[in-house]
Amino acid sequence: MDIFLQTLVAGILKGGLYGLIGIGMSLIMGVMGIINLAHGQLMMVAMYITFVLSHYVGIDPYLSLFITMPSLFLLGALIQKYTLNPLMEVDSILPENQVLMTVGIGMVLVETSRFIFTSDYKSVQTSYSDATFYLGEISFSVALVIAFFIAIGFTLFMFWFLLKTDIGRSIRATAQDKDAALLMGVDSKKITIITFGLGAALVGAAGTILMPIYYLFPDIGGPFTRKAFVITILGGLGSTVGAIFGGLTLGLAEAFGASYIGMAYDDMIGLIIFILVLLFLPGGFKRLTKI
Amino acid sequence: MLIVNNIDVYYGDLHVLWDVSFEVKEGEIIVLIGANGAGKSTTIKTLSSLLTPAKGTIEFNGKRIDKQEPFEIIQHGIVHVPEGRRLFTEMSVEENLIMGSLYGDAKAKRHETLKHVYQLFPRLEERKKQMTGTLSGGEQQMAAIGRGLMSLPKIMMFDEPSLGLAPILVKEIFEMIKRIKKEGVTILLVEQNVTQTLAMCDRAYVLENGRIVLEGTGTELMADEKVKEAFLGI
Repeated sequence: MDIFLQTLVAGILKGGLYGLIGIGMSLIMGVMGIINLAHGQLMMVAMYITFVLSHYVGIDPYLSLFITMPSLFLLGALIQKYTLNPLMEVDSILPENQVLMTVGIGMVLVETSRFIFTSDYKSVQTSYSDATFYLGEISFSVALVIAFFIAIGFTLFMFWFLLKTDIGRSIRATAQDKDAALLMGVDSKKITIITFGLGAALVGAAGTILMPIYYLFPDIGGPFTRKAFVITILGGLGSTVGAIFGGLTLGLAEAFGASYIGMAYDDMIGLIIFILVLLFLPGGFKRLTKI
Repeated sequence: MLIVNNIDVYYGDLHVLWDVSFEVKEGEIIVLIGANGAGKSTTIKTLSSLLTPAKGTIEFNGKRIDKQEPFEIIQHGIVHVPEGRRLFTEMSVEENLIMGSLYGDAKAKRHETLKHVYQLFPRLEERKKQMTGTLSGGEQQMAAIGRGLMSLPKIMMFDEPSLGLAPILVKEIFEMIKRIKKEGVTILLVEQNVTQTLAMCDRAYVLENGRIVLEGTGTELMADEKVKEAFLGI
């Protein structure tokens, strides 16, 4: 029973972070209609920024959120403005080619990081990196709990932003009906730039708060791009609420896979659920949540 | 107020509008009629800058607007209520209405305009929290018109507002358009419902295969042999 509860807790904590990673990809999917295959690589960039700030300047990883998120927002906005939007101007270029562009951007980010930081593993050691506390028999990693609550905070903020501000409403409107949004005066280019920036900032936040727990190397982005993709599909393409459920599902699946089948198989259960959802619930959780 | 001069419009390689010219004066109700595929919707889409004319000019109050972006057009007070309502179906009625008021005066006066729209359409106020995807066809059309009104337009362009509605609702929608005109908004209407629109308009233009072939007052056109034969079935 203790193992079960311990696994449940670990899964939920991980799931909160996965939700944050997935929301960014879902937003981009919803508005631009493309899968951003550089998503995990953007997260890797945020992690290196966190590493540099911590290692050379001595800034606490959580405080460095104030630097990594705006930096990633800017990086995402520039990517959209100068590499993805120009592709949309040419009719003969299929939207799918924007996806190929994100693959290329991901490679450039990875190799640039490798050039600067080499392939060696880096990590940020903090006083709370290995700290745990106990509730009953169940242990909690301090860093993971903090990360979880920061992730929840950003997720709630994101929903407030999408529901209550004009820009947030314009983002949702563009995702639902682009032409109608244009007619209402939504500047669609500006919205795509803001959306990509937000998606990058959110995944950047996830990378930063993972830094006290994870090792960092240039290729760490790839697996996270795949995870974000799975979460987005589980949630139903473009659904932000779905992405949270997708994130939780993946977190729980990985945790239970690791506890009951074996550490080496933790990705497998997530992918099996992914295939089952594609087969039996093709619209993802969006079919159930309706948002 | 709105002057269209000899515009040619293409959809990709397809030439859709040929040398179309017409004028809308302040306070008028102007109707564009024509069969399916004649280019009525294309004309309106060009006016709201979803399409750009390859040739010719469009002027609004003396300013050229044919090279502007859609978000600039709506700020001039030109609003397009699209065919098929095109509401944001996963947003509430009130959010849809708010989406009509993103700029300037319309944004500053958002709450007053909202009250005004709810006065015009009490049904929308009753359903303001409901997702527009779950509304009936008539209610959706009201929401689409309300959303257009939220931008405090000087001219409203309606693309087939009666499409898919029961006759009694069609009458209601046309009454509402007349009422909006009385409030000082100029109307450009695209319709297949020729009998009712010719009766309520000041002037009308007939489009055929992308060209304007006839123009005149509503009564003139109703008496025209060609119009009778082509549209009224007499």
